[in-house]
Amino acid sequence: MTEPVTVRSIGTDLVRRDAWAKVTGTAPYAVEHPVRPRAYLYPVQATVPRGTVTAMDTAAAEAVDGVLAVLTHRNAPRLADTSDAELAVLQSPAVGFAGQFVAAVVAEHPEIARQAAGLVRVEYDRMAHDAQLDPDSSELYAPDSVNPSYPTDTLDGDPDAALAAAAVQVRQTYRTAMYHNNPMEPHASYAHWDSDGLTVYDSTQGVHVVRSVLARTFGIDAERVRVICPYVGGGFGSKGTVHAHAVLAALAARALPGRWVRVVLTRQQMFCLAGYRTPTIQRVGLGADRSGRLTALTMDVVEQTSRIKEFAEQSGMPARTMYAAGTRRTTHRLAALDVPVPSWMRAPGECPGMFGPEVAMDELAVACDLDPIELRIRNEPDRDPDSGLPFSSRNLVGCLREGADRFGWHDRDPRPRRMVDGWLVGSGVAASTYPVNQMPGATATIRYADEHYTVSIGAADLGTGAWTILGQIAADALQVPVEQVRMRIGDTAFPYASVAGGSSGTTCWGGAIVAAARAFRSRYGDRPGDGAEAEGTLPDNPERKHWAMHAFGAQFAEVRVRPDSGEIRVARLLGVFACGRIVNPRTARSQFVGGMTMGLSMALHEDSVLDPRSGRVVNHDLAQYHIASCADAPSVQAYWLDEHDPYVNPMGSKGIGEIGIVGTAAAVANAAWHATGVRVRELPITCDKLLG
Amino acid sequence: METQIGLRVDGTRHTVRIDTRETLLDVLRERLGNTSPKKGCDHGQCGACTVLLDGRRVTTCLALAVSHDGAELTTAAGLASGAQLHPVQQAFVTHDAFQCGYCTPGQVCSAVGMLDEASRGWPSACTEPGELVRLSDAEIAERMSGNLCRCGAYVNIVAAIRQAAVDADAPDTP
Ligand code: FES
Ligand code: FES
Repeated sequence: MTEPVTVRSIGTDLVRRDAWAKVTGTAPYAVEHPVRPRAYLYPVQATVPRGTVTAMDTAAAEAVDGVLAVLTHRNAPRLADTSDAELAVLQSPAVGFAGQFVAAVVAEHPEIARQAAGLVRVEYDRMAHDAQLDPDSSELYAPDSVNPSYPTDTLDGDPDAALAAAAVQVRQTYRTAMYHNNPMEPHASYAHWDSDGLTVYDSTQGVHVVRSVLARTFGIDAERVRVICPYVGGGFGSKGTVHAHAVLAALAARALPGRWVRVVLTRQQMFCLAGYRTPTIQRVGLGADRSGRLTALTMDVVEQTSRIKEFAEQSGMPARTMYAAGTRRTTHRLAALDVPVPSWMRAPGECPGMFGPEVAMDELAVACDLDPIELRIRNEPDRDPDSGLPFSSRNLVGCLREGADRFGWHDRDPRPRRMVDGWLVGSGVAASTYPVNQMPGATATIRYADEHYTVSIGAADLGTGAWTILGQIAADALQVPVEQVRMRIGDTAFPYASVAGGSSGTTCWGGAIVAAARAFRSRYGDRPGDGAEAEGTLPDNPERKHWAMHAFGAQFAEVRVRPDSGEIRVARLLGVFACGRIVNPRTARSQFVGGMTMGLSMALHEDSVLDPRSGRVVNHDLAQYHIASCADAPSVQAYWLDEHDPYVNPMGSKGIGEIGIVGTAAAVANAAWHATGVRVRELPITCDKLLG
Repeated sequence: METQIGLRVDGTRHTVRIDTRETLLDVLRERLGNTSPKKGCDHGQCGACTVLLDGRRVTTCLALAVSHDGAELTTAAGLASGAQLHPVQQAFVTHDAFQCGYCTPGQVCSAVGMLDEASRGWPSACTEPGELVRLSDAEIAERMSGNLCRCGAYVNIVAAIRQAAVDADAPDTP
């Protein structure tokens, strides 16, 4: 067991510390810091998906009044490390995807930069390219591992033989679309060089990540790079890794010492320069006996990555853990294409990887004439099928049962196509899961002065509530009222914090704060003097060797479809989650509801359309890449079980930022089947697919 | 080409030299240092840049600054007076109607403008023809659907606006 914190502030419904600043718009995001003197950068992007720049004419751009510099691969400062092809900005004439930076104009004002960028003439030697994901391509390959370092394939027994022999069989192919994170705040950086080094205001999920990557890329000591980001206008994973624009800003600032060079990606540029979720093609096989017990489970996934840099989304992971099955196989195969570089998007792996299997479970329930909740309960494993370890806590069944009660599942007629007031109405359920991740190294300091404890850690709040809940954890670990805690986050001037990713922030940063508070109390007790200070680092959790640690949940959806047009609405979404102790019910509910709303958006709206001829996303703005709007999400409710898990961390908490999106699209698809009798296996669920 | 315009922003008068290609949003953010309105798309597709322009909600990324000489603007920063939040802002805080906060100033300004439109009886796409405007959740959601929130705070946004609307209707308690 980890030594638990005695809770007082933890679990209370504290209003966000940053609420006032956010509703007035005075919380400064990346390029809202009042730095001077400024310079504005506008990039020139490759118009071919693969090739070489053969000629570049920058004379007209340089002649524009107010232009400070035009950077190309010929004159840009050299980088020390170009091993990451996504970040090797303006270092060679090679073009690896359409939209890649090939030049940049820096000017006194944004309009001037943009005008001049339009005057740069670039010629290319275009090479043959491939931008089409084909599940039958002979070029597919098995990566060495999948994100971040899981085995590519797993095999337990002979699932093909078991599937062929199974009394009930489901063999289907499911597809999820290409998705773009699209945080509302665009990716943006201000960069500045002087004799002390590099300072960057960046919109990021991890200031320390940006620092170490920029230090390595530019070949300078990390101590000479400072990265600041107190507020992040959303990220959902795309701001968890460093993208090319941050390097470009630093590169241009190096060429213009003393200037704060600003790079803000336009919404259109974000569709090729800020990561995205790969489309997936999932071949799922479920074999069961007549009572619904799984004898075989196969999940073979095909995805894309970019030829210049590999990212292998771990979509097969949840199939390794969710259900007991006599035999099992999971595989990942990648197509390396001449496309923008994919990366993290909310619940990489789990989110797309629960769509196929959870729709397949619904199909199996129909084939076995079983309630889909009962089918899932019958396949509960007593240990984690993947690791063989017992679960530190697993309350999927509790979530399904409580969700069924709250949603009103019990009087559901399993037959599809119920008609109410001119709408076909259906309901569906799906399960969700997300691992309890922990990354090493997070460190916090606590200093006492003026009757306040100041807690400093280079963590990030992308809307999660970290500003607020870390203060609650600190208060309880210090055994003081939360009003006495001051928080400082979002700056590399504060100690190391791992990235806000993998729903691990509370575990890692909270664990560091607890360690610091314990060190503080053991040194100073209840009555510290001014200037008392202590530091603590997240310890290893030895329990992780003995237990499989995952959060679980169940999402329920009510869908309405117009029989004549196929118009589809999600009238209701309801989720119940088992995520250990909830640190702040207010911010937690917003996280769950936000995740489910994004899952609704994935189910019905989101679809990046990649033109294989140009290698570009053609619907690259918010008018054409639809995300759910206010009227699309009339009712989204989140609840949780009171779950006690003494093994995960001293707070007893599991990550909550990502599980909300996992499973939601499958619940909607299952409800759409129940409404219409049409089984849609390819997202998004649009009118045409329902009209069949 | 440069020119000079006058603007009144959150009660303060400014005379500012602008590039005639600049939007009101860029003038506010880059020239006047008022970053309360946000840039989410620059194309009128997200609502993050919404302010009140002469009392009406407007996406400032679609407004050329040069055509608004003399305009009166209120941003979310100007809706609060000192530490006192506007009732809509307070309702957003109470209902946790935001997460990252980037869409929020636009949502708040849009909600203030929308409540005024509704009180004047302006119908929306979901108002029954001939009926009086009643601010149901569906009416609120319909009228707020020009303001995207990627964090998915919609249900709390609707709850906050519903409360602000009810509070505004309630007679002052003595
Ligand atoms: S920035 Fe104006 S509508 Fe998006
Ligand atoms: S609160 Fe983040 S976009 Fe709305």
